[in-house]
Amino acid sequence: MNFETTIGLEVHIEMKTKSKAFSPAPVQYGSEPNTNTNVLDWGYPGVLPEVNQGALEYGMRAALALNCQITKDIHFDRKNYFYPDNPKAYQITQAQTPIGREGYLEVELEDGSTKKIGIEEMHVEEDAGKNTHDPDGYSYVDLNRQGTPLIEIVSKPDIASADEAYAYLKKLRQVIQFTGVSDVKMEEGSMRVDVNISVRPIGSEQYGTKTEMKNLNSFEHVRSGLKFEEKRQENVIRAGGSIQQETRRFDVNTGETVLMRVKEGKSDYRYFPEPDLPPIHISDDWIKEVQDSIPEMPEDRRQRYVEQWGVTEYDANVLTQTMEMSDFFEATVAAGADPKLAANWLMGEVSAYMNDKKQELAELALTPEHLAQMIGLIQDETISSKIAKKVFKQIVANDTDPKAWVEEKGMVQLSDPAVLQPIIDEVLDNNEKSIEDFKNGKDRAVGFLVGNIMKQTRGKANPKVVNQLLMASLKER
Amino acid sequence: MDYFKNDLTSIHNGLVKHDFSAAELTAETFKQIKARDQKIESFLTLNEEAAVAAAAQVDQAGITDAEKLAGIPVGIKDNIITKGLKTTAASKILENFEPIYNATVMNKLNAARMINVGKLNLDEFAMGGSNENSAFKITKNAWDQTKVPGGSSGGPAAAVASGQLLAALGTDTGGSIRQPAAFNGIVGVKPTYGRVSRYGVIAFGSSLDQVGPMTRSVKDNALLLSAIAGHDKHDFTSSEREVPDFTAKLDGDIKGMRIGLPTEYLEQGVDPEVKEAILNAAKTFEKLGATVEEVSLPHSKYGVPVYYIIASSEASSNLQRYDGIRYGFRAEDVKNLEDVYVRSRSEGFGDEVKRRIMLGTFSLSAGTYDAYFKKAAQVRTLICRDFADVFANYDLILSPTTTSTAFDIGAEINDPVKMYMNDILTIPVNLAGLPGMSLPAGFSNGMPIGMQLIAPQFGEETMYRAGYAFEQATDFHQAVPTIGGEN
Repeated sequence: MNFETTIGLEVHIEMKTKSKAFSPAPVQYGSEPNTNTNVLDWGYPGVLPEVNQGALEYGMRAALALNCQITKDIHFDRKNYFYPDNPKAYQITQAQTPIGREGYLEVELEDGSTKKIGIEEMHVEEDAGKNTHDPDGYSYVDLNRQGTPLIEIVSKPDIASADEAYAYLKKLRQVIQFTGVSDVKMEEGSMRVDVNISVRPIGSEQYGTKTEMKNLNSFEHVRSGLKFEEKRQENVIRAGGSIQQETRRFDVNTGETVLMRVKEGKSDYRYFPEPDLPPIHISDDWIKEVQDSIPEMPEDRRQRYVEQWGVTEYDANVLTQTMEMSDFFEATVAAGADPKLAANWLMGEVSAYMNDKKQELAELALTPEHLAQMIGLIQDETISSKIAKKVFKQIVANDTDPKAWVEEKGMVQLSDPAVLQPIIDEVLDNNEKSIEDFKNGKDRAVGFLVGNIMKQTRGKANPKVVNQLLMASLKER
Repeated sequence: MDYFKNDLTSIHNGLVKHDFSAAELTAETFKQIKARDQKIESFLTLNEEAAVAAAAQVDQAGITDAEKLAGIPVGIKDNIITKGLKTTAASKILENFEPIYNATVMNKLNAARMINVGKLNLDEFAMGGSNENSAFKITKNAWDQTKVPGGSSGGPAAAVASGQLLAALGTDTGGSIRQPAAFNGIVGVKPTYGRVSRYGVIAFGSSLDQVGPMTRSVKDNALLLSAIAGHDKHDFTSSEREVPDFTAKLDGDIKGMRIGLPTEYLEQGVDPEVKEAILNAAKTFEKLGATVEEVSLPHSKYGVPVYYIIASSEASSNLQRYDGIRYGFRAEDVKNLEDVYVRSRSEGFGDEVKRRIMLGTFSLSAGTYDAYFKKAAQVRTLICRDFADVFANYDLILSPTTTSTAFDIGAEINDPVKMYMNDILTIPVNLAGLPGMSLPAGFSNGMPIGMQLIAPQFGEETMYRAGYAFEQATDFHQAVPTIGGEN
């Protein structure tokens, strides 16, 4: 029996607005518990929600970037449930009138082909707080995150494999990042993925029974979990069993999915229109205004890098994978660096360093200005590319001005013939044998002599100048 | 200081002319409260220390003639949030709750430098029409202490009617200002939905709730509404419309005003004495130069069931926050989270509140939403349309406020449906978001009869003009209750 797989994804992304979705409290990650809160966030008696227009516009921006139709008349709804991290005991969301509908993402698959994956709907809502359960037996509630604006993006069941899901998520993150709506920091939980997956024998008209995994915050976990779950479901069916509707958890250590709970009927959230917030009409003018505010998307940046800066297609593609990299690249060029050299450094040494240290670009001490300055020093031959590696090690880990550091450490390349010629003469005087070898056509001798000159100058001699002077001197001898 | 013989304007003049100080006025008010409220039991919390200090401050700073309300005592229904002053909504679940912020209406009263003398009783979370649902005490009718004061703003109504205060703030979700105003023979106004900020008002039915003034005269009422109305950035349902001076056009001239008298509002269950009083009122209006004609509001008869579905649905959601986690009452000896929720709420809420939470939860549930909540919302639209049709040709609607005068304490508390039917004439006004006023229009067996004036949205000025003209032409508002054999 051969199977086909159907996957749907629901992705929550926290938006980087200054204040919360329905309260003026600030949105900030990593603050002391409950410091970014006010009476609204506590669900105090008598308080009312206040719509953050910026959050709504960000939501619209994301919806437009995801090729969605904008719902012209929207209202908010209440989703009712009790939990300590949900102080009003309802979440304000858009159940009936999601701001975006019927969108799609064009996803690049590993074989180089592209696939259109449909987006059912995209809506704006508020995040909940966070409960932590201490070994002391108490549970603690932190409401800092309560009210943080979220967008939820619900895909159509168009995704046919774990790899497609992975590609969709990468593309989604890229697009959202470039809209400026969110930094999409996985490690801060600002993007969380719920997946559902079912398999059915090829040709079957009905979808199979689906299982869910919730709150995954790593694309790799999504891919591994889906791969495992796909196989598991197929094996169950092959063995004559049936899949039950259930929520499963991906176990990072074993790479397997584990049953959490079987779904018994649907939870009833008693949705109804939020009476504290009047309906909102979205005019064509407003949509246009938001459309015009969408920053340059990755495709456009890629094209610009190729056409204006002569960067290769491949490099331009890599550089625009994340907003951080693309912004860093542009800032480096803006600081005066040659675009091609900047691309080489970012894709080479900088990326290698990030992988090695498992750090994000923003976590490095490296600044675009320092990188550009260092590239400048190489280009004007103040330092050799060998020295440059040392300089890079310094500026990537420390906030050091490369030019000052190179001068302080005496690493400036010796290019002055007046300084180099006496050294060359001395080396030649002490190596008559090598001159002999050279004249007999042994090119190896040149390398030996250059090595000696470098040794004398402690590596600072400009290899190009040394070569020129040496060749001239050899001919004279 | 005899509040029966004064109004806000005469008190203001006395203060400006230094006939008495704000401090003296406040002290006198507390003396009266302590004497009369033993019988009436309208106050839940007295704010004496802060009120005395505030009055002294007003005296020190002085009062200009423009500050019509400065230095004058006011009472606040206890579902309006007062910073640093216990706010209970007459519920055990908020028994010791001391808020850290002020409702917008409180900020406005503070800006007008009124003196908040204390918090007044209500039915728990404003759910009820008799004050018998208060977790703490049953307020008595000012005219007969064996009768209910009405509700849910029974505390403010009885306090004003018994001469303890000239002004109080109530809230009205389905008649909670107008019905107790009628039962106590005072003037109560539910403003247009959106006219007054709801920020800091403990929510019951969010699409229906409004704060409004309760006073002994129409002009006093207009003065107080002018002070509390207006747009509030904290309440997205508050209107940005400018607030007129509601006292400006009180000249008694209503010639040419067109008044509709809905036949449906004089039928079903309206006591003959009440009907007669309203028909007499219609004649008074005609004598004043208005025209009164019968009109029809055919869908209003569905108002009560529609209201109990919508208000209870909203309430079931609004009251979920009282969960024993962050503030308010928490049950003791709980075993786990579920236990905290179930026991805190079971022990903290009274029967009527629980009944409405269940009714609302049922109406919003997946299998019943369409048949109840959605259907109710549709009928609500029809009720609104009826009013719009009438207001296309009329300036005001005249009706009784209630079908009868105040009933005996204990008479209806065990029959919720009968109790709910008390609001049949006031509920449609909330459903349509219109302004409504109750004012004295007669007596039956010594108990006051209330007459209701309903205006189009943001038509408060017209309503006050007509109310004032009627008040000038009649003497019902001059009658004074006898409290425990004295007054």
